[in-house]
Amino acid sequence: MLESTWFVIWAILWGLYFVLDGFDLGLGSMMPFLARGEKERRIVYNAMGPFWDGNEVWLITAGGVTFAAFPAAYAVMFSGMYTALMLLLFALILRGVAFEFRNKVDSPAWRRIWDWALVLGSFLPALLLGVAFANIFMGIPIDADGVFQGSILTLLNPYGLAGGALFVLLFLVHGCLWLAVRSMGELRDRAGRMAGRLWFASAGFAVLFLLLTAVFTRVYDNYLAFPVLWLILVLPLFGLVLTRIFISAGKWAKAWGASALTIMGTAMIGMAGIYPALLPSSLNPVYSLTIHNSSSSPLTLKIMLGVALVFVPVVLIYQAWVYKKFSHQLDFADLEYDGAY
Amino acid sequence: MEGALWIGIFDCFKEVFMDALLLSRLQFAVATMFHFIFVPLTLGLSILVAVMETRYVKSGDETYKRMAKFWGKLFLINFALGIVTGITLEFQFGTNWSEYSKYVGDIFGSLLAIEATAAFFLESTFIAVWVFGWNKLSPKAHAASIWAVAFASSLSAVWILLANGFMQNPVGYVLRNGRAELDSFAAVVSNGFAWQQIIHTLSGAYLLSGFFVLGISAYHLLRKNEVDFFRKSVRMAAGFTLIFSVVVIVQGHIHGGEVARVQPAKLAAMESHWETRTHAPQYLFAIPDPENERNLVQALPIPGGLSLLAYHDPAAEVTGLRDIPEKNRPPVSLTYWSFRIMIALGFLFPVLAALAWFWRKSPEEHPLLLKSLVWAIPLPYIAIQAGWVVAEVGRQPWIVYGVMRTSEAVSPVGPGQVGFSLLALTLIYALLGAVGIFLLFKYGRKGPQSVV
Repeated sequence: MLESTWFVIWAILWGLYFVLDGFDLGLGSMMPFLARGEKERRIVYNAMGPFWDGNEVWLITAGGVTFAAFPAAYAVMFSGMYTALMLLLFALILRGVAFEFRNKVDSPAWRRIWDWALVLGSFLPALLLGVAFANIFMGIPIDADGVFQGSILTLLNPYGLAGGALFVLLFLVHGCLWLAVRSMGELRDRAGRMAGRLWFASAGFAVLFLLLTAVFTRVYDNYLAFPVLWLILVLPLFGLVLTRIFISAGKWAKAWGASALTIMGTAMIGMAGIYPALLPSSLNPVYSLTIHNSSSSPLTLKIMLGVALVFVPVVLIYQAWVYKKFSHQLDFADLEYDGAY
Repeated sequence: MEGALWIGIFDCFKEVFMDALLLSRLQFAVATMFHFIFVPLTLGLSILVAVMETRYVKSGDETYKRMAKFWGKLFLINFALGIVTGITLEFQFGTNWSEYSKYVGDIFGSLLAIEATAAFFLESTFIAVWVFGWNKLSPKAHAASIWAVAFASSLSAVWILLANGFMQNPVGYVLRNGRAELDSFAAVVSNGFAWQQIIHTLSGAYLLSGFFVLGISAYHLLRKNEVDFFRKSVRMAAGFTLIFSVVVIVQGHIHGGEVARVQPAKLAAMESHWETRTHAPQYLFAIPDPENERNLVQALPIPGGLSLLAYHDPAAEVTGLRDIPEKNRPPVSLTYWSFRIMIALGFLFPVLAALAWFWRKSPEEHPLLLKSLVWAIPLPYIAIQAGWVVAEVGRQPWIVYGVMRTSEAVSPVGPGQVGFSLLALTLIYALLGAVGIFLLFKYGRKGPQSVV
């Protein structure tokens, strides 16, 4: 019971990370296609400005919770996907400093360097996270000792790549919508239009991905055993439809919320499908790392449950306050503020 | 002849690049030491900026607001590097030290997870509130946001050091199911050795930040630039620096006693002490010769000095390295010399800080002091890095002291992958470090004109 509770928390925390960092990874990747001229680029930076840092801590928390609750799964997952994770790290590092460094030297060439760091540093994590999680849903070649028998190329299989493309597209829509929430005038129109166009691609890919999931993975076995799980599938599909409706109505904040639901739902589909495994083995199901063979001791799980039940809601409350306080529509006058990026 | 030399160098490289363990250790050293260039300033400068802003809120004196903004700007450049390099550290336990993660994750992982949820979120969320909130929050609420950052960053250090403390002095665990499992959370968080490290690290970080403010202020005072502004900065930092440079020595001495009790091999390496004996002298000068298990030179003994320092008793017996099996000894020279560097600098700091404090009302009249303070900026950085070398290299060959060896902890990842990531990480960090330091110089030199 304790282990299952932790599995649910684990899944939700990763989902929250995708939802929250998803929009700024998507917006960072889309910057060259949305912003025209220096001022608009700065609006893009400042649209994410007060949030990107706090959003990234959800990655640390999701990783930390994997470590604390399921150390063996954390160890095999992170060492198995070594090179992919290192690339993810390098990308996030370059992207993070781009915010702080970009505006510190008054030179177009300097800014261009950091703009590239932002774009690549946002795109690559979106792609890698998708590839990594699609592979987790499908299972990776880990042997009886938990040693990964493959290379980074093993991860770049058709299903993994489809997962990568899906994450990228979902995040791009999510990011465009966020910019539509936070900008005005032409930039907002452009962001809204782009979200509308990308929506078709993301919806198409989402349906394709659900079908591929049936072909490449055993995710739906759980659904067949517990038909109530099919309800989870409703989440992302409902989210997708709602996103479309709100985009058409020009209700950007609501569309962003619906897009968040889509992302959360997509993550949940896979997570519910692999339970009780956190990391299925494609070589032999017996080698899979599950909540039974990889979890921490009951004492640690109990203490960490207390910590999570107290602090996660507290964090959500103060982050919600920050979002409310700092999500006004930006205009060029906001760029005069001396703390602006 | 030269050809042979090149072949020798090549072989040496080849050996390094064939060894995933060595590469992983190097990578950990690069990632951690680089991260810790930026963390100490975050820990201390956040407090100083919070004090400045509080003064502004209480007195309404605009100079204090400008101070908070100017020092805050330097804080932010430094903060960004600290944040992004921190992610690497958490990931590395899984990527490079998976056997370690499996073995002690029950305890170690939970401490890292608590750090993220209870402290790191607070820090990274409220720094944004501080940056973007100057016009959106009341002055009091705005000052509260930087206090939240200051509190959260020190709290974050507490949890991380509790985790490191477990590696140094494992407590509160039982060996069960083929791993170390948590037995008593209370024992883990009240680990005396960890709390010694916490106090030592935090006071070291605070003193580093004090010297940072003193040094940059001195640079401007020497040029008679914004004298009132920087005099006030000196007045604010001098007492703070003096207090923590004294704390770090007094507590460091107590800490040394704990090391003697808990990790005798580390203490012996720190002192290059080979022979177990009572009335062990403290040599003021020695050169270790680990190959021959002796000191090449040792001079100026203080009779019973080492016994007295380690056990508060000049007659106490101090274990020598020769009585510790070779496979359990840490690298002696590196530990010994790093300790020497830390101690030498540690004694210089209170002297400089005391002078700055003594002349705090008119520092501009003491150019020699000001020049020394400018040159002193890098010294606490060196001392802190040396201190961590003592702590971590001195703990070897154990990753968890007496429980797990570093060699048993490494991931089953090939040397090619680790070699690639080590090279890439080193390059990226070198580049970012250079840019970060360039920007700190640039804005440090520019002075408060850059913010108002």
